[in-house]
Amino acid sequence: MTRELLTGNGAAAWGARLAHADYVPAFPITPQTEIIETLAGWFDSGEMPGRLVTLESEHSMITAAGAAAATGVRVFTATSSQGLLYGMEMIYAVAGWRAPFVMVNVSRGLATPITLESDHSDVLAARDSGFLQIHCATCQEVLDSILMAYRLAEDTRTRLPVIVNLDGFYLSFTREPVEIPDPDSVREFLPPHDPQNARFRASAPASQGVAVLGGSPYSYFRYEAHLAALRSIDVYGEVAAEFEAAFGRRHDAIDAYRCDDAEIVFVMIGSFATKAKAAVDQLRDAGFAVGLVRLRLVRPFPVEDLRRVVAGKRGIAVIDQNLSMGKGGVLHAEVASTLYGRPDAPPILMSFIGGLGGRDISPEELYEIAAETRKAAEDGRTPPPRLLYTRDELREIRKLQVIAEVERNELEPGQ
Amino acid sequence: MNDTAFKRMKDLPSTHLLGTGTPMCAGCGGLSALHEIYDVLGPKTVFVNAAGCMTLLSVYPFTPFRGSWLYTSMASAPAGAQGVRDALDILLEQGRMPPEEDLDVVTLTGDGAAYGMGLSSTSSAIERGLDFLYICYDNEGYGNTGHQASGATPHAAKTTTSQGPGGFRGYKKDLFSIWAAHEPAYVATVIGSEPLDLARKIEKAKSLKGPRLILALAPCPTGWEYEPADSIDIGRLAVKTGVWPLKEYVDGQVVHTVVPSPRLPVEAYFEKQGRFAHLFDPDRDDELLADLQARVDRYWAAL
Repeated sequence: MTRELLTGNGAAAWGARLAHADYVPAFPITPQTEIIETLAGWFDSGEMPGRLVTLESEHSMITAAGAAAATGVRVFTATSSQGLLYGMEMIYAVAGWRAPFVMVNVSRGLATPITLESDHSDVLAARDSGFLQIHCATCQEVLDSILMAYRLAEDTRTRLPVIVNLDGFYLSFTREPVEIPDPDSVREFLPPHDPQNARFRASAPASQGVAVLGGSPYSYFRYEAHLAALRSIDVYGEVAAEFEAAFGRRHDAIDAYRCDDAEIVFVMIGSFATKAKAAVDQLRDAGFAVGLVRLRLVRPFPVEDLRRVVAGKRGIAVIDQNLSMGKGGVLHAEVASTLYGRPDAPPILMSFIGGLGGRDISPEELYEIAAETRKAAEDGRTPPPRLLYTRDELREIRKLQVIAEVERNELEPGQ
Repeated sequence: MNDTAFKRMKDLPSTHLLGTGTPMCAGCGGLSALHEIYDVLGPKTVFVNAAGCMTLLSVYPFTPFRGSWLYTSMASAPAGAQGVRDALDILLEQGRMPPEEDLDVVTLTGDGAAYGMGLSSTSSAIERGLDFLYICYDNEGYGNTGHQASGATPHAAKTTTSQGPGGFRGYKKDLFSIWAAHEPAYVATVIGSEPLDLARKIEKAKSLKGPRLILALAPCPTGWEYEPADSIDIGRLAVKTGVWPLKEYVDGQVVHTVVPSPRLPVEAYFEKQGRFAHLFDPDRDDELLADLQARVDRYWAAL
């Protein structure tokens, strides 16, 4: 075991290397490129056996990833944002093949407007695909989650691909001390992949990804994949326990921070939860009983864990770094459907949208969210969802609009 | 062709490997070509398929293939072939799979994928030197959805999206030359109605490594509007009129393997097909027919 300063992207590359990924189909996209550049270097130098192949698009990259996994090798790939969406047809298709592999998504907001910076709209667009999703908040977690993800994906009870998500810029380019586990212990925790019958060999012809006729066989195979995804919550629990035994770090489906005696809890995913953690400490110091629930698993959704952790609280504030146009926060709806009708569910479920396209969520905003949630609990009434935006931001955008208007008038003759 | 095992018709395989009872239409020219191709290729193959008519060959739980199959998507079958080939190579290189378990990777798509949506992934697979055989059954339209015009539709053909007086206004894309421009290992045109020429080309393609295309014109009774029993005749006329040149590209040279002499007038081919009926009925369109003939004449004159 060694300890190094690694970026989130560097930690992702180390995860793939330690997992002995045989094959990396790749396509560059900001902010993911450091991952594939690092891996390409290791394949070129012979430090990693196998090969990295650059495809001409994410659609092809995900096809090649699924096809190689369906042939029985261990596959790693990585993408982000527009790339994930460009490959979305194949995201659904390869999950249906039940091809087990691991894909890192470095979260970035979606066009339009085009941006390079982070939010979760990209990865949540893949929510219903059949890929399982693990969301990370630290660089260490990125490395660890990739190792765990292979165990989860390849387990015969699961046999589904897994996305390991990290936030672009905030985590992809942030250096943190990361423990790089010893390769032999990793090999013990994660033995070589045994594809069993899911492969192509001359002596054992197989048809994969075939068509069906009619809704009945279609429904059967879709239900099978769904049930496997549901079952994988138990597989995840086993994997997390074994990981802790091997490496001393525990990564539960839910990271619950100071929740036990909390009145109000924040619910969120990703690296901004580390800011929320600091805010919880500040609020606690001020005598305000706030806790934080960070979901590491989004698929399968950790229904039982979430119900247990928030049972009896006065209010929940869901902070979504995504936006489902015409509805609101995706996570908010997921939490609502998990808790609705349960007698021990908190009576107040607030929705806040923030952190889109790299926008920060400040400590003051988190304090305000906590205060508003407490007020709602006192009033017994949940106010409508809030879109976080400050007066200062609005003033800045107004300035840009004035510039745009002046420039446009300048170009129009007769003004 | 001196070293071919297929010198005469009776040398062609007498054992047929592709199963029967598929959902392809009666008289499908693509299926007859595939039968002939599969007899030579054999079952140590994995067919990586793109969305098209032949996606319906393997419908759970049936398949006519004795070997393997993977359905991908319309655009990315060559990328699927890349993943399978790379995985097999990794297993071979690392001694994790005995050589006798290896498979030839074959991409099977229609013209919609080969000429259009899948052209980017095809071009890139060739550029990477992928060791695969690409079979395109070209029925000159989006056949599986009712025969709309595609990048392979010939000038003047009526399709369900080109019903106007002159039929399809565009011109059939030259996929053979697009492939050849990439300098791959092999490119050949074939047709099921010329089984000896086809078998020799599959034999040659099989002996080579690298990107290889077999472009099969696939007479299509439903899309081209003729009786299924006429498929072979129409295929032969495509060759005899010079509309479908049988040729191959290998080692930087294009060689015509069949040179029709004398060439029949193109109308002998067009008049058999409902999609070209407007060239003859209610009035004969002499101008358009002359233009179509001139285009074929120019092709052969340039050789």
